This record gives sequence, structure tokens and C-alpha cells, in this order.
Amino acid sequence: MTKESSPKASPHAHSDRFIEATTERSFDASHLAHLYRQMFLIRRVEEESARAYASGKIGGFLHLYIGQEAAGVGALAALRPEDNVVTTYRDHGIAIAKGMTTRALLAELWGKKTGCSQGLGGSMHLFDKAHNMLGGYGIVGGHIPLACGVAFAAKYQQQDRVTLCFFGEGAVSIGGFHEGLSLASLWKLPIVFICENNEYAMGTPLSRTLSVEDVSQKAEAYGIARDRLVVDDVLEVEARVGVAVERARKEQLPTLIELRTYRFRGHSMSDPAKYRTQAELDDHKQRDPLTQARAKLLASKYTEDQLLAIEKSVEEEVADAVKFADDSPEPDLSILAPTTYDGPFAY
Amino acid sequence: MSNMRQLRFREALREAMTEEMDRDERVFLMGEEVGHYQGAYKVTEGMLDRFGSGRVLDTPIAESGFAGIGIGAAMMGLRPIVEFMTWNFSAVAFDQILNNASKVRQMSGGQFNCPIVFRGPNGSAKQVGSQHSTSMEHFYATIPGLKVVAPAFPADAKGLMKAAIRDDNPVVFIESETLYSVKGDVPDNQDAIEFGRAQVVRDGTAATLVAYSRMTHVALEAAAHLAKEGIEVEVVDLRTLRPLDEETIVRSVQKTHRCVVVHEGWSYGGVGAEIADRVQRLAFDWLEAPILRVAQLDVGMPYNAKLEQACIPQPDRVRDTVKRLVFRDG
Ligand SMILES: Cc1ncc(C[n+]2csc(CCOP(=O)(O)OP(=O)(O)O)c2C)c(N)n1
Repeated sequence: MTKESSPKASPHAHSDRFIEATTERSFDASHLAHLYRQMFLIRRVEEESARAYASGKIGGFLHLYIGQEAAGVGALAALRPEDNVVTTYRDHGIAIAKGMTTRALLAELWGKKTGCSQGLGGSMHLFDKAHNMLGGYGIVGGHIPLACGVAFAAKYQQQDRVTLCFFGEGAVSIGGFHEGLSLASLWKLPIVFICENNEYAMGTPLSRTLSVEDVSQKAEAYGIARDRLVVDDVLEVEARVGVAVERARKEQLPTLIELRTYRFRGHSMSDPAKYRTQAELDDHKQRDPLTQARAKLLASKYTEDQLLAIEKSVEEEVADAVKFADDSPEPDLSILAPTTYDGPFAY
Repeated sequence: MSNMRQLRFREALREAMTEEMDRDERVFLMGEEVGHYQGAYKVTEGMLDRFGSGRVLDTPIAESGFAGIGIGAAMMGLRPIVEFMTWNFSAVAFDQILNNASKVRQMSGGQFNCPIVFRGPNGSAKQVGSQHSTSMEHFYATIPGLKVVAPAFPADAKGLMKAAIRDDNPVVFIESETLYSVKGDVPDNQDAIEFGRAQVVRDGTAATLVAYSRMTHVALEAAAHLAKEGIEVEVVDLRTLRPLDEETIVRSVQKTHRCVVVHEGWSYGGVGAEIADRVQRLAFDWLEAPILRVAQLDVGMPYNAKLEQACIPQPDRVRDTVKRLVFRDG
């Protein structure tokens, strides 16, 4: 059961009609603990990445997922392993939630041969075929039609596989978004479009990116289902995305979901994020979904010691991955030709 | 003689745009983060304050959309400057530039001009990966109707930007993230610089290095290394790729008898291929060696730092290439 909330009830002063859960869902505490571990792992991986960037182990652009963990973790919890995921350059959290090992991820950021893409892709382009993680892409919106193609292939091959496609609200202005949604609707593709609306596209606030505040409205024009919620509770994200995933799986119909979330860091490491106030940031940090999940676990059958044990295991996993990345070899030039063409090089 | 000031490349560009906007109301600027954020690479810093949001427009991420808006506005007599946050993203707007900007004058039998400047940083930055490291100038230089400009020094950046804004044709203006902080002397009264005039930025006799944009600096570095080994090469900085100053190139090759083109983009069908064609046609009898190119390796840009450096032309690679020509047997 859901109802539309009034503007006042919304946790964001400037947002109007988010759809909130009315009744407390019953939940499986050990499942929540599992999701909490994933979110905590992502947070720690990102913090470690920021540190590694400062010390020069990571280069180029680095877009952190800190603050948004519950969006990706909740959404991917609604999937089966054989389902596909396509996302943007802000892809570390999604990759982990899809099953990429921390070692393969960090080694990639370090540019090492043991990385998920042998050190060739880097932070923005994480691929893991074995886990059906079909990449992070760098051109805003360019991956949305591609994701529709992934969904098309599943339908064509009569496979029971759903595709999840993530993007930011900044992508909603570009052609790829509109062409993708239009085709997905026309051809009834089993895909869920997830707009992670973190309120800023680089330095541009939502109000200067889009003429409407409700991103999910865009679904109306294409005749597809939509949903819209604030990311507070990872389980709520899982349940709501789950409805769309079932729609895709059973009815071969697309959905557009707007997840209102927030990034705690700048757009990338070079962005000091001067365009927002400390008060705004603090306000969001107060409502950190990670802290909320932890509190919910403590209120259930989990003890502080048990949570500390989970967190310790994450610390060990991250430390191991850092060491693995540090100790791994770099790729050499011989890798370039065979990764450019399959078969003889076409000179 | 006018006074000289030291300006950074980005400041020179900003001055050119600001002065042109002061002198011509029809000129306006748009692009992602050019206003409130002061430019992703701070090229447009302060311009929103100075000109207001009517003439400095922050756009959503819609390259095809705002390139098209610029083209339509230019047909109506305005003079837009359209910033691409990087030229990689112009791929999304390629249709607008190819099929509208470059063609509207001819399609309309000369009734409509398209006086627009598309500008932004091009090529590699540092480890920004495959989709953010493409050198796009080759694609644009093949298109009749467009002009393509690629300065290496702040004074040229300023003078050529002024000329680009005043030009009645669409101009593709190629910059480089790694050039923005480079300093250079700029005369106080730097005026527009005519397109199609290359400059000999170092004299020599052993070979001619032809380069543009950031690669001019790489060529100069290589030339300095070679001089230590007693090999004096001439460096020609093209400044504009279309029109191409073949006269200056040919004159240099007639003196040195050898030619190496240095550019960041891929070699296949690139600017270097065009130059090689012209030099062999126009200076065949003076050549003592094949024309060689130092370009990005023929692969996408890898993320790994060492591989990336190996892909991008470096002074070493230029130096070795020159030596192969100079010490060639027979
Ligand atoms: C076509 C294109 N234009 C511009 C950029 C530069 N750019 C990268 S991310 C970004 C902002 C995107 O914001 P949003 O879609 O909201 O996603 P977020 O980064 O907030 O996750 C911009 C302008 C790009 N990568 N691709």
C-alpha cells in the first residue's frame, strides 16, 4: 500500500509528490544486515579510494558514491544474479552491489592488470561479465539506448533476464534518455530505468537542469509506468524497484523510477562543491541511509557487537583489496592490440 | 611597440571573448557550467557576473540541443560561442555541426550564414580514460564549410579567438586541458590574427616538425633535445588546420628536405595524412626521406598511466622519429 505524500510531509523542502510507504514493512533482519554490509563496504571502499587518489595511486576522474549507497544496493537487491546492470561513471557502488570483488575493483582503480578490465578502463568504466555488470559509461546518457539493447537481447533470446539502467537527473535532458525510453516503451522491453536524482548535475542544481521538478513525470509521455521515492530505507528501495523488476520480468514492460538521493562529496575529486551550503549537506548527512539501516538493525535482533563484527570484516576485506591492488602488476603494451580488435588487427 | 603581459592560456581566451562581447552585442556564450560554476576549467570565470544570464547561459547536458540552438541563432544574425565541456561530448552534437552548421550556407544557396564558434578542450587530459580522451579535430577538419583553429600559445589563443568570433563561418576552436595553465606573452593590444598563417617557432635545417595545439610544445621539447645532439630541426606551429598554410610548410621542407608531423589524434586519415599528401605533391623534388607521423598509437586511450603515456606522442618518440629520418641509409 502506498499513498502520495503532501509537499509538507516530504523530507526535502523543495520536492512535491514523493510516494511514501504507509505501513511499516515487516523485514528479515539478517537480510538487512547483508545489505548493510554491502553499503558499509561501498562507503569504506570509496573513502579508501579518495585516500588513494590523494596519494596518486588513482588518476583521472573519480566520482564517489558516498551518500547514495542505499540507492544502488536496494535496487540491485531486487535482482537475480542473471539480471543485467548498466550504469554511469559513478559506478563503484553499483559494481560492488552486482558482485564484483573488492580486489578486482580496487586493482582497476589502481590501473593494474588484475583489475576487472585489466587496468584499461579505470574508475568510470567498470565491467564484470561474470556478474552481468555491463559497464560504467562516461558520455552522459549514451548508455541508456545501449541498456535498452541489452534488454532487447534478453527478449529476443527469450531469456528471463531484466536490465537495470542507472543514470543521474542530468541525463534526463539528453537525447539518449528520450530515445531509449521511447523505444523501450514501443518495443516493450524488460528494463527498469533508475534515475538517481542527487539534486546536482556537477555544479548545476536540478532547478536549472529541468523544467519540472518531478523527473518521473517523463515516463508519462512515453506511456510507461513510473515511481518516485526518497532513498532513506534500503529495504523500501528494494521493494519498490522489485515491483518494477517483476513488471519487466512478467509483462515485458519498462518502468522509470526516480530515486531521490544525495552525494556527500563533490561531483568528482576536483569539485569543491561550493554551490551548496554546509547546512544543506549536514541536513542530508543527518539522514544518512547507512546510519538509518544500522539503527534499524540495532532495534531488531542485532547487538552492537554483532554490527562491529560485520564492520570489522569489511575493514579486513578493504585492507586485503588495497594490498592486493598495491602488489599487482601493471599491464604492458602487448595488451592494447588484442583488446582493440578480436582477431587480427585491422590496420 | 605595445606592452607585453604574461597571461595564462585560459586568461587569454577569456579576454578575447570578453572584449568581443563588449564590442558586439550579438555575441553570447553558452555551455555546461560556464556561468555559475565559472567554467569546468575556469576559462569563463567572471563572465556571468560581467554580462549577466542573458548573455552567459548555463545549459543542461544537451549538446545536440544547445549546439542546434546556437546554429539557429547564428542563422538569425547572432554570434554564439558554444562551449563543449570537452570536445569528446561534441560527438553527441556531431549531426548538428556536420549537417546543419557546415551545410546551411551552401544548401541555402548562400542566403544564410552560420557565424558560430564551437570551443573547448580536446584530446587527452590525464588518465581520464577511453571515452574522455579522443582528439576530435581530425573529424571536423574533413568537413568543408567549417574552419578549424588549434593554437599553442596564449597570444595566438587570444588573437585567433577574436578572429573566430568575427568570422562569418562556423569555427571549431580546439583547446587543451593541459594547455590552460601555460603562460605566455600577450601584447596589450593583441588584435585578431588572420586564419591560415602558420608560424615558424624554431629555426632549423635538419628536418621540419609540423605540429599544433599542445603538440607544438612537445615538438619544441623534442627539438631542444635534438639540438643537444647537434640536430637542429625547424618547428612549424600551424595555428589553424583549416585553412591550412601549406606555403609555410612547403617553404620549410624545401629548406630541410625532411618532414615529421606530430599530432595527438589517430593517424588514419588524420591531419598528418592531409599534410603528407600536400607536402609530397608540392615539395616532392625536395624530399630526401618519407614523411613520417608521430600520432596517438592506433588504439583507444587506456586508463593505466604508463600505457596512456606510451599512447600519447612524447618528446622521446618525436626525437627518435627525427633521428630515423636524419640517419637514414640510402
Ligand atoms: C554528453 C556529456 N556531456 C557532458 C559531460 C560532462 N559531465 C560528466 S558528469 C556530468 C554531470 C552529470 O550529472 P548527473 O547526470 O546528475 O549525474 P551525477 O554525476 O550527479 O551522478 C557532466 C556535465 C559528459 N560526461 N557527457
